[in-house]
Amino acid sequence: MGGAEMPRRADLASVLVIGSGPITIGQACEFDYSGTQACRALRQEGLRVVLVNSNPATIMTDPELADATYVEPITAEFVEQVIAKERPDALLATLGGQTALNTALALHGAGVLEKYGVELIGANVEAIVAGEDREAFKQVVRSLPEHWGAHVADSVVCRSLPECLDAAAVLGFPVVVRPSFTLGGTGSGLARGPDDLRAIAGAGLAASPTGQVLLEESIAGWKEYELEVMRDRADNVVVVCSIENVDPMGVHTGDSVTVAPAMTLTDREYQQLRDIALGVIRAVGVDTGGCNIQFAVHPFDGRVVVVEMNPRVSRSSALASKATGFPIAKIAAKVAIGYTLDEIRNDVTGQTPACFEPTLDYVVVKVPRFAFEKFPGADTTLTTHMKSVGEVMAIGRNFAEALQKALRSLEQVEAVFDWAQPVADKTTLLQRASIPHDGRLRTVMDAIRAGAAVEELTAATAIDPWFCDQLVALDEVAKLVVSASELSPELLRTAKRSGFSDAQLAGLRRLPEDVVRGVRHALGVRPVFKTVDTCAAEFAASTPYHYSSYDDETEVAPRERPAVIILGSGPNRIGQGIEFDYSCVHASQSLAEAGYETVMVNCNPETVSTDYDVSGRLYFEPLTLEDVLEVVHAERAAGPLAGVVVQLGGQTSLGLAARLVDEGVRVVGTSPQAINVAEDRGAFGRLLASAGLPAPRHGLASSAAEATRVAAEIGYPVLVRPSYVLGGAGMEIVCDDEALRAYLDQHLTRGSAAHAVLVDRFLDDAVEIDVDAIFDGEQLFVGGVMEHIEEAGVHSGDSACVLPPITLGREDLERVTAATTTLAERIGVRGLLNVQYALTGDVVYVLEANPRASRTVPFVSKATGVPLAKAAARVMLGERIADLRRDGLLPARGDGASMPPGTPVAVKQAVLPFQRFRTLDGKTVDSVLGPQMRSTGEVMGIDAGFGAAFAKSQTAAYGGLPTGGRVFVSVANRDKRSMIFPVKRLADLGFEISATSGTATVLARNGVMARVVPKLSEARSRAGEATVVARILAGEIDLVINTPHGATSGGRPRADGYEIRTAAIQRNIPCITTVQGLAAAVQGIEALRRDGLGVRSLQEWSSEVGR
Amino acid sequence: MRTALLALEDGRVFPGEAYGATGQAVGEAVFATGMTGYQETLTDPSYRAQVLVMTAPHIGNTGINDEDCESTRMWPAGLVVRDPARRPSSWRSRGSLDAALAREGVVGIAGVDTRAVTRHLRQRGVMRAGISSGGADVDTLLAVVRSAPPMAGADLSAEVTTTRCYVVPAIGRRLASVAAIDFGLKASTPALLARRGIEVHVLPAWTGVDEIAARGVDGVVCSNGPGDPAAASAAVALVRQILERRWPCLGICFGHQVLGRALGFATYKLPFGHRGLNCPVQDLASGAVEVSAHNHGFALDAPVGRAVSTAYGRAEVTHVCLNDGVVEGIALRNEGGEVLAFGVQYHPEAAAGPHDSEHLFDRFASMVVQAAAADGGR
Repeated sequence: MGGAEMPRRADLASVLVIGSGPITIGQACEFDYSGTQACRALRQEGLRVVLVNSNPATIMTDPELADATYVEPITAEFVEQVIAKERPDALLATLGGQTALNTALALHGAGVLEKYGVELIGANVEAIVAGEDREAFKQVVRSLPEHWGAHVADSVVCRSLPECLDAAAVLGFPVVVRPSFTLGGTGSGLARGPDDLRAIAGAGLAASPTGQVLLEESIAGWKEYELEVMRDRADNVVVVCSIENVDPMGVHTGDSVTVAPAMTLTDREYQQLRDIALGVIRAVGVDTGGCNIQFAVHPFDGRVVVVEMNPRVSRSSALASKATGFPIAKIAAKVAIGYTLDEIRNDVTGQTPACFEPTLDYVVVKVPRFAFEKFPGADTTLTTHMKSVGEVMAIGRNFAEALQKALRSLEQVEAVFDWAQPVADKTTLLQRASIPHDGRLRTVMDAIRAGAAVEELTAATAIDPWFCDQLVALDEVAKLVVSASELSPELLRTAKRSGFSDAQLAGLRRLPEDVVRGVRHALGVRPVFKTVDTCAAEFAASTPYHYSSYDDETEVAPRERPAVIILGSGPNRIGQGIEFDYSCVHASQSLAEAGYETVMVNCNPETVSTDYDVSGRLYFEPLTLEDVLEVVHAERAAGPLAGVVVQLGGQTSLGLAARLVDEGVRVVGTSPQAINVAEDRGAFGRLLASAGLPAPRHGLASSAAEATRVAAEIGYPVLVRPSYVLGGAGMEIVCDDEALRAYLDQHLTRGSAAHAVLVDRFLDDAVEIDVDAIFDGEQLFVGGVMEHIEEAGVHSGDSACVLPPITLGREDLERVTAATTTLAERIGVRGLLNVQYALTGDVVYVLEANPRASRTVPFVSKATGVPLAKAAARVMLGERIADLRRDGLLPARGDGASMPPGTPVAVKQAVLPFQRFRTLDGKTVDSVLGPQMRSTGEVMGIDAGFGAAFAKSQTAAYGGLPTGGRVFVSVANRDKRSMIFPVKRLADLGFEISATSGTATVLARNGVMARVVPKLSEARSRAGEATVVARILAGEIDLVINTPHGATSGGRPRADGYEIRTAAIQRNIPCITTVQGLAAAVQGIEALRRDGLGVRSLQEWSSEVGR
Repeated sequence: MRTALLALEDGRVFPGEAYGATGQAVGEAVFATGMTGYQETLTDPSYRAQVLVMTAPHIGNTGINDEDCESTRMWPAGLVVRDPARRPSSWRSRGSLDAALAREGVVGIAGVDTRAVTRHLRQRGVMRAGISSGGADVDTLLAVVRSAPPMAGADLSAEVTTTRCYVVPAIGRRLASVAAIDFGLKASTPALLARRGIEVHVLPAWTGVDEIAARGVDGVVCSNGPGDPAAASAAVALVRQILERRWPCLGICFGHQVLGRALGFATYKLPFGHRGLNCPVQDLASGAVEVSAHNHGFALDAPVGRAVSTAYGRAEVTHVCLNDGVVEGIALRNEGGEVLAFGVQYHPEAAAGPHDSEHLFDRFASMVVQAAAADGGR
């Protein structure tokens, strides 16, 4: 069709792809999704793919997705080494987020690309700069034809605070502060006055790699839109998707509720945005690939301001891909290597080309998920600075249905509209709704219930009246449900078409949920499943990508092969993220290989699991009991169903297990009863006792008096937590009665048994060990044994760990293996098991056992080259470990407890989001690690020895350890003894040591001369000397070692340490908060100084080890 | 809430609620996949005698405004939607779509599984359909539907054309003038020409060639419109006379089909047509792809990749649809290769739809300006 055969560029044989590194706020697993698509597409084209990504929990770093996979830090230095070694023809940097783009710019700036003749494909340097440099971008917008009506917000670029204050005087408050070249709006915000401006712009200037911020006229409250645009080298351009933000300008799009397609634009206005978008991508010069362009539209006169563009795939492009079925990253990779859009097939229809614009016959709503509860004190107001940690997407045949599905997908009780709770008065609610916050739509709904009209809502929130009216309509349906004499089929259908869940209807009718469901099923009111097909049914679709809706006709095709339904892990949150999605994807792959039809259910648009290419069928649905049961019902009608996998999606899917069984659904693998044994403290305690496995002393208390008595019995320090916990929520270590009482005041308010607290003896100075294993009923396969670098007490998700364990002996490993086998047998595990142990005084204590996929499964799989989740999925469906060893899915002999010689050392380091959160007075939140998990992601450092692997993990996580310079040391008394040797070593290596007086005295007695620096609290008594905080902020310190002094009281850290740690975060210098971390850092620094660090691909490691 | 029925010729029935005007409407059921532009679409005369199924679920969100109509009234016989807006929202809105439909007598039905209707039409082809919100039972409605005239063979130009001549003046300096034969003209076509300095004389479908000549125009536009081009023999005869006089000629949609027939090609009915705003059309000469607005149920049967000699010059296919290979553009050239006339099956005037093809008006304007210069004395 059309023109001659134009194959891809023949001059490219190999391409380097840069990933986005660890999951952080603003850069999450959407880049694994896009990178995975790109790597697959490039390899299908016969190109040699070289990949650099430090994040082991990604599908893209699976060795089969690239020819050479470097799990190495994403810095110009490391990537240069990869380039020197692999000599790729081209670099594709538009798929790894801001990290990849910045690295590409750094490589270009350092002359590396030129030196090795590597061509930047996708977007060239000029386009990256024009898209990212706000002033350059404004010039582009101004250059467009005037009659297109593309405006820019008035603005001034500033390089210092005085410049900012002058500029604000001209622009008028409020002004928007935007630093150049940062992720997810880091350091940006709305300044309402000079004080705000000092705080926000000060941080912004520090955060921007170019030391620039832009002050801009505020367009807060305008309607906000995004277009996802794709261009090929023949200058064909298509708009893949339009997205409208329900939250108007002023809230970062990542934190906004958004909807696709745009709902409140006429064709005339939409085409104006489209014309501008096409003009921008051409003028910026994005040669090939995707870009995202953001617009503000004035609600009363339609003036259009072009806000920004990203010359790369983004979180929005992942959303757009899932929303439309048009795989942006895959197509971007293909156009980057020379295909034109008309040469690429739309693989949803299988017949039509990719050179078209998807059209939707449904509505997609995305809602962000926040984690403010993990950062007490953080300001929860939503601004232009992104704060959410994840998101959900839902598809419905109308906005109301999609919105309500999205809200229940969040798995937060308070997110769902609820008519049972009383509401405050209208004025209060409107005032509350006027400030953007997590759950604002719920506040708007409450205001409606309190009598607010659409006009009042729009006046308070600037949310478009159409959206407000949609919420009013929901309120009307709710009232109809309440007042109806019975649940008639018509009423149920009306409510269901507005997205009401059975649980919501149950609340409205004061009935149990299962009764509502029973009535509904008896009346034959069931959803049908429609298909996302890119074309509104104009062409037949070959990809079974489904969503539910209450309509007439279902599109689920009958099938012959037995199906396995895999329940995903829902929105990313702290404690449950990409690691679980990784296991779900692996299960799907491995069960498909075993001949099953795999059916994925998930609602997270960022993930690989919700790529329609991954599983046999995809249901983009909330992971609630109701929604899952309807999928099960549809798939049972379609053909034989082998069962449902719940072990891999974290608490989300696990939480459904028992109720699914109650509903007669076959859950494969470990039974829900067995899961319950492991989760129920009492039952688990009895199991351990009868198996003769030691556990820390513990007790359960439902009153303050009881808790104090239990603590006295087992002895301080104790670990206290609510009896039902997720990811360490509400967990604390307390050292005395006073701290315990403070904790109980906070957590034991209701005093009922359901809200009891668990009191565990906290094992001081223990080494924590994590084991991931598979058990088939007879045999155990140890995937890996990880030794934590921080002592027990730091949440395992935040703790760095090393595999193989570096200080455990043969005997320790044997004991751990034996204990794991006993646990697996007694619990009744079929599939994965994760056990945490604490080793102290030669006793191996069992801390907890989780019969499910753990967060560490991908890390272990990557470090050892054994696909644990793939094997586990097969075991769940009845295969034996012996069979899998024979088939090659597991190694023929040996396991993670007996690693062959030559096995590299892998270090996993957590990445923490402290820089993202400010308290109301503008400070960062405390960074000390504790039993509450707060990390968003992880990196892996892999090398022959521990020091080098650790050093790499630090570089990958935050930029790295210094090899010289000034170290500041201030440690708690209990840590003083153990810090002497490592600090002495640092002094021997030439570091200049400074310390607080107490620490300096101890060091001096041990022959280490340290300069004494006053703490903040000593500032007055030692007037005239710069405090440590001032020195850190002035950039005079390169490494901070600060262990918390004593316990925190009531969640509030002691002031001095807090100020020191937050200063370190502000300067972005390493801050080590445990002595074990210090010892590891010294080894890392030694490795760095010895001979620098090399790079080696996973494929090389694996051929070396012979696996 | 009043109930309504949508009945398709083959007996499939969809329940729904009354929307817009109440009563009974019969026509050819077709689906349109645009996500925006219902106001332009409803006022496009090409939808005459059709029951229009909107695949986008939310219709009416931006109300009805004073600027976006493509003609003076709404044309479809009936409208099928899933979720009509309760309340419009746009700074330009002057009222709700619901009220406008009622005023214009367009019988609507809402709450329908429009995707199911669309899939049905895609699989079985477009067919006659009826909407009743007037209380008719299924059998009565089906009987009416089955006795309605089919679209194939329908000559509908006379029902939609202007009855009086009028002039759309050039904006800025007048560079040339054209006649626009109104077979169901959309207002954007003369507007876009006027913006290029072309004065447009809009003339009824039955206008004779001498009347056109008398106006001293420099070219002719044959507009879009409803009906079967095979039944448009008068229009074909007119276009032959236009070609004989070597006036630059642009055919759009129906006008393109008539141009094709004048050149000796046949037309045929597509199974379910092209109606949407996202259709890739490739210019065979350059390879460039335009995303274009479509609204056609018939197409030209002309050979791709081979020029054909005609009485007026060499005719060739210039554009095809990448989705299904349907002919989307033709050109007529003289011996020197100069374009005398061209036609496109899609809508360069968009409204609703993307503006990728607007450059075709530049091309036509330069043809007529050149003709005006050559004809300078007139």
